[in-house]
Amino acid sequence: MRSPRFDTTVLTLGFAFLYIPIIILVVYSFNASRLVTVWGGFSLHWYSAMWSNQGLMDAAWVTARVGVLSATLGTILGTLAALALTRFARFPGRMAFSGMIYAPLVMPEVITGLSLLLLFVAMGVDRGFWTVTIAHTTFTMCYVAIVVQSRLLTFDRSLEEAALDLGCPPVKTFFKITLPLIFPAVIAGWMLAFTLSLDDLVIASFNTGPGATTLPIKIYSQVRLGVTPEINAICTILIGLVTIGVIASSLTTKRAEIRRIRDEHLAIRNAAS
Amino acid sequence: MATVAETNPAPHSAKGTGGHSWTRWLVVAVPYIWLILFFVAPFLIIFKISLSDTAIAMPPYLPTFDGFGSIGEFFSELDFENYIFLTDDPLYIMSYLSSLRIAAISTILLLLIGYPMALAMARAPTSIRPTLVMLVILPFWTSFLIRVYAWIGILKPDGLLTLALQTIGLMGEGEQVQIFRTDYAVFIGIVYSYLPFMVLPLYAALEKMDNTLLEAASDLGCPPWKAFWKITFPLSLPGVIAGSMICFIPITGEFVIPDLLGGADTLMIGKTLWTEFFGNRDWPLASAVAVILLVMLVVPIMIFQNQQKKVV
Repeated sequence: MRSPRFDTTVLTLGFAFLYIPIIILVVYSFNASRLVTVWGGFSLHWYSAMWSNQGLMDAAWVTARVGVLSATLGTILGTLAALALTRFARFPGRMAFSGMIYAPLVMPEVITGLSLLLLFVAMGVDRGFWTVTIAHTTFTMCYVAIVVQSRLLTFDRSLEEAALDLGCPPVKTFFKITLPLIFPAVIAGWMLAFTLSLDDLVIASFNTGPGATTLPIKIYSQVRLGVTPEINAICTILIGLVTIGVIASSLTTKRAEIRRIRDEHLAIRNAAS
Repeated sequence: MATVAETNPAPHSAKGTGGHSWTRWLVVAVPYIWLILFFVAPFLIIFKISLSDTAIAMPPYLPTFDGFGSIGEFFSELDFENYIFLTDDPLYIMSYLSSLRIAAISTILLLLIGYPMALAMARAPTSIRPTLVMLVILPFWTSFLIRVYAWIGILKPDGLLTLALQTIGLMGEGEQVQIFRTDYAVFIGIVYSYLPFMVLPLYAALEKMDNTLLEAASDLGCPPWKAFWKITFPLSLPGVIAGSMICFIPITGEFVIPDLLGGADTLMIGKTLWTEFFGNRDWPLASAVAVILLVMLVVPIMIFQNQQKKVV
């Protein structure tokens, strides 16, 4: 069981399973032939076809706006929720509150989507851009809360306490000390929220209205009609964007981490001299 | 998702960034009220509408609630006929049972594939572990829909799997792989989509493990496979439970995978609910379907939440 060869085999097979379908999808977006199994040579035809597909482009624009707005709102609300959970030991309904943060993570999307839709209908709100944005904010804030919470639990509280002891007001302490320290986690939370919003089909389908068709809804309706290289092309672009985003954010996180450690050392040296 | 298994909601201390009572109040109240309004209130409404009658109107249900003056009349019109309908029609019972069966089998498959992967990652040299974790997370960042879609091109009868098998000679020219639009395709799609959710909590549990225990066992003459069952596996149980719940609960209500990869005979409750809502426009019945699904998942959700509170 402990042989390195066993481990290498397992990991190779596992990663092959995870990556081969995605690689195939990307490769076939450059296929000149319409048929999936026939390689007709390299071509960018499907990218230009996608570019001139107005419906697809409109959907992409809606998705981007919903994503940015709901990720930003979700990050603010999620960060507040994380602060509430880690910094305040007691407040009425704390148990229920942490339950409300964890439940949406595993709740089947059909339930979340349908129940929110029924709320909007009962309130007499027209479905469209804003209802999708609110729906996405609600489930993404829970993911942000958990990402930020794990950072709040591990960082050095003495800096915060020092600022408070020196008479810095709590709100100022938050913006001057806490926020800069948890910022990598806040950014990571935003990225996660944006990706989840970009990805969501089920909740958006329930809560969307005229003029607010998102990209997953569009892709889904086209996939049901059959596989076309045009969808491969748009999927490839999405995969590319996400990969660049993930790499960029991990690089900035690493750089911020290095700078933070350097700043802390500097602060300690200044305090000592 | 790695963080899900690693977080600890226990607070450090009461004092902190919210000294002033009104800022404290605001920090708690804003997300709290948002969740009550957009997460809890919808469940009360879904429950109410599941007790209503279908109507050809917009919104397509009766009775609607208008004010507390008519509260008596409102309650008298509620009834359980949607639930009675659900228990009468074998289609719904079959859907629920089939969803639970598919979710259970998928979770076991995920454990069988995810555990060796997580174990191999935890035993890898420390220097490459972050890269391995990144490699598991990266597919999760690419769209769920895209990943399911990718399998259609592979599993179709005239797809790439058939082509590959024909090329290496395992399959004759005329033969085709008959997996697409069957339960097998659904299992492949689910295992593929949920694998990162299983591997990461398992890895988080296995990585923390104290290796000296295994060394002690080996010094005392315990064979490796026995040491695994006596030490490694019991210590990784919190990860096993967390990973299983994170996968089992959403899989039970899964819609996209059975819809795109499954056949007409693949019964899953998420798909049934979707059809009731979008196809038949029967909102009260769809709500009743959702309420029963929620009731079925209450116990796993409680286990999941308890686990999250315990895991440090």
